Amino acid sequence: MADEIKQEVDTSIDTADTGEKKIDKSDIKKVWWRSQFLLASFNYERMQNMGVAFSLIPAMRKLYHSKDEISAFLKRHLEFFNTHPYCAAPIFGVEMALEENRANGGEVDDAAIQGVKIGMIGPLAGVGDPIFWGTLRPVLGAFAASLALTGNILGPILFFVIWNLIRMLFIWYTLEFGYEQGASITKNLTGGLLQKITLGASILGMFIMGVLIPRWTSIDMSTVVFSKADMGAVGDKFPDAIAMIGQLNGIVNGEPMGLDVFHNGIQSLQGVVDGGFSIVNDPANYADNPYRLMTTTTLQSVLDQLLPGLLPLLLTFLCIWLLKKHVNPIAIIVGLFAVGILGALVGIF
Amino acid sequence: MAFVSVILVLVVAFLAGMESVLDQWQFHQPILNCTMIGIVTGHPLEGVILGGTLQLIALGWMNIGAAMAPDAALAGVASAIFVCMKGMDVQEAVAVAIPMAVAGLALTIFVRTITVGIAHAADAAASRGNVGGVEFCHIGALMIQGLRVAIPAGVIMAIPAEAVQAGLEAIPSWITTGLSTAGGFIVVVGYAMVINMMASGKVWPFFFLGFALASLSELGLVALGIIGVVIALVYVQLSPEFNSGGSAGGGGGAGVDPVDAILNDYE
Repeated sequence: MADEIKQEVDTSIDTADTGEKKIDKSDIKKVWWRSQFLLASFNYERMQNMGVAFSLIPAMRKLYHSKDEISAFLKRHLEFFNTHPYCAAPIFGVEMALEENRANGGEVDDAAIQGVKIGMIGPLAGVGDPIFWGTLRPVLGAFAASLALTGNILGPILFFVIWNLIRMLFIWYTLEFGYEQGASITKNLTGGLLQKITLGASILGMFIMGVLIPRWTSIDMSTVVFSKADMGAVGDKFPDAIAMIGQLNGIVNGEPMGLDVFHNGIQSLQGVVDGGFSIVNDPANYADNPYRLMTTTTLQSVLDQLLPGLLPLLLTFLCIWLLKKHVNPIAIIVGLFAVGILGALVGIF
Repeated sequence: MAFVSVILVLVVAFLAGMESVLDQWQFHQPILNCTMIGIVTGHPLEGVILGGTLQLIALGWMNIGAAMAPDAALAGVASAIFVCMKGMDVQEAVAVAIPMAVAGLALTIFVRTITVGIAHAADAAASRGNVGGVEFCHIGALMIQGLRVAIPAGVIMAIPAEAVQAGLEAIPSWITTGLSTAGGFIVVVGYAMVINMMASGKVWPFFFLGFALASLSELGLVALGIIGVVIALVYVQLSPEFNSGGSAGGGGGAGVDPVDAILNDYE
């Protein structure tokens, strides 16, 4: 295996000597810098499309020189694109390798260049969003904020330095990795590897989409209440919770506090939440035991029993259907905002 | 000094606006923009504390797909101006930050919509082979995003704090609730676009598999990611369409498939 790689490197050096167009380190460096401006012109039609063309321009300058080639290159990289801004780097790496092959008269065609882009954006967004936005930034942000709250300037400084170090190194290494992998893919097109990767990427992408739709979409219909039922006094089922409320009143009156009462009380409250109950203070009707245990049946609780994530799924299918009918995505977005505002106006949100 | 401060605050606001769309250097995060405004106005301590407070509120604000989080950039910049230049205290400024975040969200949605027009200008430049034109469109859109925070920051500095608060309170709550509710589910448009591009009869079952597994809250996203990769690898490995093609290629002897080679190592 190692010998094979060495051979490949040797042949690539040979071909470079015979005047093949080759992307070098300085081109990758320029793409690295430009890819940090990927999102500059985010728009609701093709999202990050201009950013892709903008980022890949240094590679284009190396590979293509005639006006027609440049125009065609810009057009095929102004197509729809949307992924996590840092995870776009490996895609750019692969795209540079594919374009290099194409510019040298290789087998890569426009469909392959598009297919790889589309196949990779879904899975990479599915990986990058939870890692960077969902985990790393909240963790680092919370750490830095806790320093900042004490007036320590190290909080913001550490946040800035650590985040940007991780980000820039991640983009650099994944960009190079993508380019190297892309270059080896283009050497093995006959084995159907490109099709395998595209299909594998689509499978992963569809799987992750299925996961993200119920997890990252928030539609809460619990304002729509069907029925409320009084399940008796809180103290009958959860005496510890009432004991804690008594203790809290005691603290207000200057009595000493008992930690175990709080411990049991909080566990008891957890039981209230887990059981799907809510607590209502109703001294007007129940003078003796004013804290009442309520079960509330809302549209959301009924839907959750049916199938969690049902509403996001249905809404996604509606969007898929509308997009297939060539409804403008902006119209769909404006429509959804209208639904949100009208829903809030009539009180269902 | 006051004049220099105003200019520097506008620079910070411009940076925050650009970063609110780029999401790279993070100047839109309150911990950075509040601190910077604190420093350039000579109130670093207030700036840092306000930044930390707002950062904790904004921890979960993130743009996923086409979904839009509340705008941390305008929220941070505006409240820092209130605290560092108008003497408001931190708790009051935090209360102002939330409606500011919603106002900023509305502004960035507006900019992202008009950028569609800029994208068409870039198409025209591309068909003329005009590389500089495409670059100009791209960076021009970024400048507009910078201005959409810098201009409100200038207005807030110019008028009294009470007027700003009164203006924000005049926005009815059903508009702000509606915008933030829609912000929670507008993400599906982006998902639908990606699905439309990837979907074929063969891969739809994997979508429903992911959907069903997502309801198991014990499975984190990393675990689900591993499951997805394993399923994709196994499917590609076993799929008859590749195996017949693979044996034909293997008969040629020239191209040994690297993925096959890696997978064979595990056997």
